[in-house]
Amino acid sequence: MSTAQVVADADAAVAGVTDGATVLIGGFGTAGQPMELIDALRRTGVTGLTVVNNNAGNGDVGLAALLKAGQVRRIICSFPRQTDSWVFDELYRTGRVELELVPQGNLAERLRAAGAGIGAFYCPTGAGTPLAEGKETRTIDGREHVLEYPIRGDLALVKAHRADVAGNLVYRKTARNFGPVMATAATTTVVQVDDVVPAGDIDPENVVTPGIYVDRIVRIANSAEAVA
Amino acid sequence: MSPSASATVEYLDRGPLNRAEIPARVACDIPPGSYVNLGIGQPTAVADHLDADAGITLHTENGMLGMGRAAVGDEIDPDLINAGKIPVVETPGASYFHHADSFAMMRGGHLDVCVLGAFQVSTRGDLANWHTGAPEAIPAVGGAMDLAIGARDVYVIMTLFDKAGAPKLVPACTYPLTGLACVTRVYTDHAVFALTAGQVHVVETYGSTVADLAARLDVPLVT
Repeated sequence: MSTAQVVADADAAVAGVTDGATVLIGGFGTAGQPMELIDALRRTGVTGLTVVNNNAGNGDVGLAALLKAGQVRRIICSFPRQTDSWVFDELYRTGRVELELVPQGNLAERLRAAGAGIGAFYCPTGAGTPLAEGKETRTIDGREHVLEYPIRGDLALVKAHRADVAGNLVYRKTARNFGPVMATAATTTVVQVDDVVPAGDIDPENVVTPGIYVDRIVRIANSAEAVA
Repeated sequence: MSPSASATVEYLDRGPLNRAEIPARVACDIPPGSYVNLGIGQPTAVADHLDADAGITLHTENGMLGMGRAAVGDEIDPDLINAGKIPVVETPGASYFHHADSFAMMRGGHLDVCVLGAFQVSTRGDLANWHTGAPEAIPAVGGAMDLAIGARDVYVIMTLFDKAGAPKLVPACTYPLTGLACVTRVYTDHAVFALTAGQVHVVETYGSTVADLAARLDVPLVT
């Protein structure tokens, strides 16, 4: 892709997404969840989405609202069940959304593998458990490992703290979570930030996600307060 | 850590331990200077009992080393939470990293201890803690399988018996497994057990003798 573009609003940032797309959505609970980008995705009216997120929505906003609108066919996550996951719970119990449950480390590493050109990897996580059923295994150094394949997205929606116009990103505290690996793993990576600064205003030593991974940037003022 | 080879201690004047006392007992066995992950729920309370001078660093799966206590008042920041999504504070020397790095720390064997809850533990250390297997239950695994295979020592906190009185320390788990042969110590209301080479060593008991417990459990106990 060409260098990152700063776009006017969240709707422009998600333009072009199609029915049936796989969308990687950052966040751990609401920390790092790109609420305004998810809302814009919902407004496009696309359906049949596969969503990759650590959880399955909180309350009635963001990812939960996207689920409630019936636009998600399948969710790949590690921890759907939470005290405030009532939207997902109802859809799952009535068979209106498919769930692929993935151990959290495999979720992160499968995304990393997709971004790094790794065809698959072996890891002991889940060996001998129901989540390894049907998967290839191999004994390495006397220990059973399970073969895991990459998870690649058509679109990644990520929340970062600050971007420069070259697309370099820094995050804030534990809101970083899945953002850096998801940014590498999608055809188009869209980032919402609190602040966009000129090139050179982020110390190169402190860049967490280099701009090569970022396609579109949108500034959402005070988005930290919006999710609080 | 290898389990204690010392003789079993029966504390008959106290116990069973309550929900606050079990995490306090676990804290006594966390080695100074270690890197530790505490699971959500009761294991989180272990942090309240750690010696502040012991140099223990807490890891949280959502991308932080040097996690501090729960945040209060103006300290609360929605961008700074623990694995249970509770706001926390930083400690001096803390660091942040992304999820793949966070789980590489677990899976790469860099954590000394993790403390988890459990539905069942088997004599050989198999762990079941993510799913009851009930058809209407919504399964959620989170980081439990990665911690189970990755941490050098896996400590479990649980009641020794379920609400119906059935033992949760069992010859073989009947609930879906989280990890195989991974649990090294089990901290319960009635006793602490060390698991090695398929044997269940009783470290301490609270309010029961080893013989009392042996009569209620379906597993051989070693003193």
